[in-house]
Amino acid sequence: MSSAPTELDESDEAVRVRMVVNGRKVACDVAPRVTLVDCLRGQLELTGTHVGCEMGACGACLVQLDGRAVHACLMFAVQADGARIDTIEGLSESGVIADLQAEFHRRNALQCGFCTPGMLINAHELLSQVSRPSREAIRDALSGNFCRCTGYEAIVDAIAAVAEARAAAAQGRGDSSR
Amino acid sequence: MTAPLTSLDRPNSYIGRSVPRPNAKRLLAGRGRYVTDLRLPRMLHAAFLRSPHAHARIAGIDVEAARALAGVHLVATGADLARICTPWTGTLDHFKGMISEPQLPLPLDRVVWAGQAVVAVVAESRAIAEDALELIAVDYEELPAVVDLDAARAPDAPLVNPAASSNICFRAQLDSGGVDHAFAAAAHVIEEEFSFGRHTPVTLEPRAMVADYEPDSGMLTVHHATQTPYQFQDLYSRHYGIPEARVRVIAPDIGGSFGMKLHVYHEDMAVVGLSILLGRPVKYVADRIESFVSDIHARDHQVKARMAVDAQGKILAMDVHDATAIGAFSTYPRTSVVEGNQVIRLIGAPYDFKSYRATLEVVFQNKVQTSQYRAVGHPIACAVTERMVDLAAARVGVDPLAMRAGNVIPDDAYPTASPTGYRFEALSHEVCLRRLREIMSYDGLRAEQSELRQRGIYRGIGIATFVEITNPSPAFYGVGGARISSQDGATISLTPSGEVRCAISVTEQGQGTEAIVGQIVADQLGVAQEHVRVLTGDTEVTPHGGATWACRGAGIGGEAALQTARRLKANILEVAGLILQEQPGALDIVDGQVVSVANGQVRLPVAEIARIAYFRSDTLPPGTQAQLTVSHHFAPQGYPFAFTNGVQGCYLEVDIDTGFVKLLKHYVVEDCGRIINPMLVDEQLRGGVVQGLGAALFEECRYGETGQLLNGSLADYLVPMAMEMPDIIIDHVETPTADTILGAKGCGEAGTAAASACVLNAVNDALTPFGASVNAIPITPARVLKSLDRY
Amino acid sequence: MKARAFSYFRAGTIDEALAAHADAGDDARFIAGGQSLVPALALRLQAPRILIDINHIDELRSVRREGEWLRLGALTRHCEMLTEPLVAEFAPLLRAAAPFVAHPAIRNRGTLGGSVALADPASEFPAMVLALDAEIEIAGPSGRRCVKASDFFIDLFETALAPGELLVAIRVPLFRSNQRIAFDELARRRGDYALVGCGMIATLDRDRIADISIALFSVGNVPTRARSVEAVLVGSSLDAGRIAAAQAALSADLAPADSDDVPAAMRVHLARVLLGRLLGRLGEVR
Repeated sequence: MSSAPTELDESDEAVRVRMVVNGRKVACDVAPRVTLVDCLRGQLELTGTHVGCEMGACGACLVQLDGRAVHACLMFAVQADGARIDTIEGLSESGVIADLQAEFHRRNALQCGFCTPGMLINAHELLSQVSRPSREAIRDALSGNFCRCTGYEAIVDAIAAVAEARAAAAQGRGDSSR
Repeated sequence: MTAPLTSLDRPNSYIGRSVPRPNAKRLLAGRGRYVTDLRLPRMLHAAFLRSPHAHARIAGIDVEAARALAGVHLVATGADLARICTPWTGTLDHFKGMISEPQLPLPLDRVVWAGQAVVAVVAESRAIAEDALELIAVDYEELPAVVDLDAARAPDAPLVNPAASSNICFRAQLDSGGVDHAFAAAAHVIEEEFSFGRHTPVTLEPRAMVADYEPDSGMLTVHHATQTPYQFQDLYSRHYGIPEARVRVIAPDIGGSFGMKLHVYHEDMAVVGLSILLGRPVKYVADRIESFVSDIHARDHQVKARMAVDAQGKILAMDVHDATAIGAFSTYPRTSVVEGNQVIRLIGAPYDFKSYRATLEVVFQNKVQTSQYRAVGHPIACAVTERMVDLAAARVGVDPLAMRAGNVIPDDAYPTASPTGYRFEALSHEVCLRRLREIMSYDGLRAEQSELRQRGIYRGIGIATFVEITNPSPAFYGVGGARISSQDGATISLTPSGEVRCAISVTEQGQGTEAIVGQIVADQLGVAQEHVRVLTGDTEVTPHGGATWACRGAGIGGEAALQTARRLKANILEVAGLILQEQPGALDIVDGQVVSVANGQVRLPVAEIARIAYFRSDTLPPGTQAQLTVSHHFAPQGYPFAFTNGVQGCYLEVDIDTGFVKLLKHYVVEDCGRIINPMLVDEQLRGGVVQGLGAALFEECRYGETGQLLNGSLADYLVPMAMEMPDIIIDHVETPTADTILGAKGCGEAGTAAASACVLNAVNDALTPFGASVNAIPITPARVLKSLDRY
Repeated sequence: MKARAFSYFRAGTIDEALAAHADAGDDARFIAGGQSLVPALALRLQAPRILIDINHIDELRSVRREGEWLRLGALTRHCEMLTEPLVAEFAPLLRAAAPFVAHPAIRNRGTLGGSVALADPASEFPAMVLALDAEIEIAGPSGRRCVKASDFFIDLFETALAPGELLVAIRVPLFRSNQRIAFDELARRRGDYALVGCGMIATLDRDRIADISIALFSVGNVPTRARSVEAVLVGSSLDAGRIAAAQAALSADLAPADSDDVPAAMRVHLARVLLGRLLGRLGEVR
């Protein structure tokens, strides 16, 4: 019965992928079929990026690819070779979303927390593009982020409040760049 | 009916304060630890080959090629696991006459739904496991499938379970008497038929577990994304023959549950067995496609209802028939008949009438199991009741809000009981209705609606009162023989440094259990909440209890925490009294300091008592044994359930040309007794409402003629998203239960209970000028347009 | 949901991409934004031996004016449709459709060329490319060729692209000042595939329609031009009667099939409603 095992497909052999993840150069060996999110969560142990549907329909896996929010389940790690990736861990450590995180916390704009990293990545991108989005615009920006727990309102409130606070702070500085 | 002031209401109390959740910051930083994140040394990954057929005999399985694939460690079939796992049957004794077929982790010779797991592969990665699945050949002989309720009940229906005599799982009848007489005497009789589609919980984190059997010690550790670790400890112990003390179930951060993660799933039982067979940790995470075909579904009811009303609009009687199609067997260990049972018992519950008759018929079909999902039965009972009330109001010519005000059980009529036998301690329908009228600006909305109609804009207002079952006693499961606890326990310690550690059996899925337990313990002990550490979700660390289900965390778990904390406080003050040469009764603890009750003078830090008790017991009087750890359990007594109540309102617009419904605003007035953390209660309500709104407009598991799920992906199954959901205005009435010191009842299901009923009424209200009506949920554009005869 | 194993090749030029495909034969797939392809791979609905990544081919990137055309490189991301001034000025119909394409993060990655090459009949851009009488530039083993949009979409997910050919760019006629556009769709939720969608571009001669092109999506196996409707409208002004006549003519252009949740008759009804609303808007903006 025990014959030699069927060999693994040659194309499943790992290739070297180099990225700048959360500001640090990393190199990891992954098979081409490994998605970016599986690479981040597996090899790089950045488990703050979550997997909810593996087809771009839930937003749990959002990361920044060269500064723009993308679904890490919708690209392969090998495609990110040479790219800059920022995950929830990196954005947390750099402090750029600290106000968003604080406002989410204050308003309980999260329950189980599984959607939260994706929500924050999207909120961060929205507020970098529009300084004072309407509630409608905030809801629209979150239209691809599924949250089963909160009913969304507190998330919208938190983002709106941060937008107001940032705009007020910018006004205080005489910053008219936006 | 605001709660009388007690010691829980003192100004600096943590009870009633919107304190943010201490454990949420971690999640915001991406530092949650979910089962899906877990990696253990030597861990392998499982995947399952699933049946493409809704009903088929397994004639043969060829796994040789899969076994031969490099990286594959085990390929297991039903027979392999049946050798080590005993079968389970999803029946309970108090559901007299119910039947269900025994289940094994993987089937031996027959599949009963499309998507059922048939063969398990364990490999070094999930990808390799999936490669191996493609190499397995299963020889199926298709059998006739039963694919819906009507087909299941047809006289010549094929049998879902060939060993049974029919497809009936369970029947129940309720009759308070006097129904026929009431109908005969009624001025108006309203009749309607309703259908409620199947939907499914869709937690964002799918089902996930890592089973880790260590053969040398015979110890099984299961990291399990579940809300009920103790239940699973018991089940794994009994079905795999491992002593309970050697089974540890750990439920870490959970990415949503809503009832879905407390049922036994075949794959989950299989993964435990796979780990036992391999002696290695085995991880299984259901991918989203698997979730849709293997997580429980819910609802799937057809209800016929009649209501008798007198000429003034007083409800006299109701007569209902609920037929529901579950899966091919009843879910273990809670069964699949609880939802139907609650439907027939909750219909009419807010209203003051005496004559009620109901029949429940639960049938099998070749689909995945249905079982308890958030608000179990309530949305159906509420939608049927509230739509009938609206129809009656229209027939009598009364405003819907006035119709309700004239028929709800008066606030001064308690205690009382429903015609179905539910005993109500104290509810507040009348005051809730008055509050709703205010927060909605009801009369203003009616005026706006009327004005807009002139301009061809069709808006609708929907109202739905509800009653919710919370704080269940053993009457729920225990009496039926299920080893599902209705009590909870806490172990609270004063640590050597004077901090507080509380290990409690209720669990956290993001609703804020740990936060409110921390608030209660801090409040009762007189310490700051940041000095209270709450531990949940590990059978080896926390006492045995019911954990989380049926809205019991605050009411039962909270009371357990309160009573335990009071006992610990008494012990602390006893030691303090010895040290200070005072009567313990003359001392209190405020802000972590022992103070004199008489004048508030600070006498001693609590930390000093801990230091002395742990390290200098020699300085205490001889015979003193300081007990700075207290374990205590609380089992609900008195009323079998703590019922809550409330009312919801909905304002929406129907595009009569497209059938699209736009939700404009939603309103909730809710009475869950004592509120521990108003912000968390509001968020439970909002989240619950949105789950109900999803059910009302979007969510439905659609099946083809051969029993295949047609929309089983997150791109095709429509969950409620931010853009389509309204803002939700919330108000509270507080009627604490007198059964506990805390007075808290549950609030987790109230939002879902009435939201879809509200939408149903509002859509029909909007359609009134056209004489059209909709009686099916979800309310899709197709159904709205059909009702308007637009295509 | 893990893809079957494949090899990966990152092409730096169009020629490299074509050569890699030619070497691999039928078992190769180009990947651009991958927003539809990656799920198909994860579900093992497709399992190429080699994936040829075209994201790093600079020649596929630019948006520029070429005479009377706006040329959009195949790698133009959906989000660029919203921000690129040349698109707003010269292809406002594409700009109008862009916010309806999925969600922000998908738009950050998905590409115009990928969307058109996939030819999903429920997608916005293939239909708008059809409405605009665009031309599709294709590179293949035997050189370059150009295909009119009206000849490009053949059947369900089937286009004029031969195996091994690569969509290089889309060229759309420059928008003119006497033209008007309208776009909308009926989707259950923001970003969902629409139950029906429609875009149109009209050339006005005072208050009359000198020319109009209307394309619908989610109405059949391919993006669909409403030629009968166009015929009813050309030469007329957009009064209520003419709009009603246009709506009546629509059934001649559409033959949707029943789906399990949307009966064919309902889809035609919705298409009529949407058409009427868009023509109404077109009439208002004059």
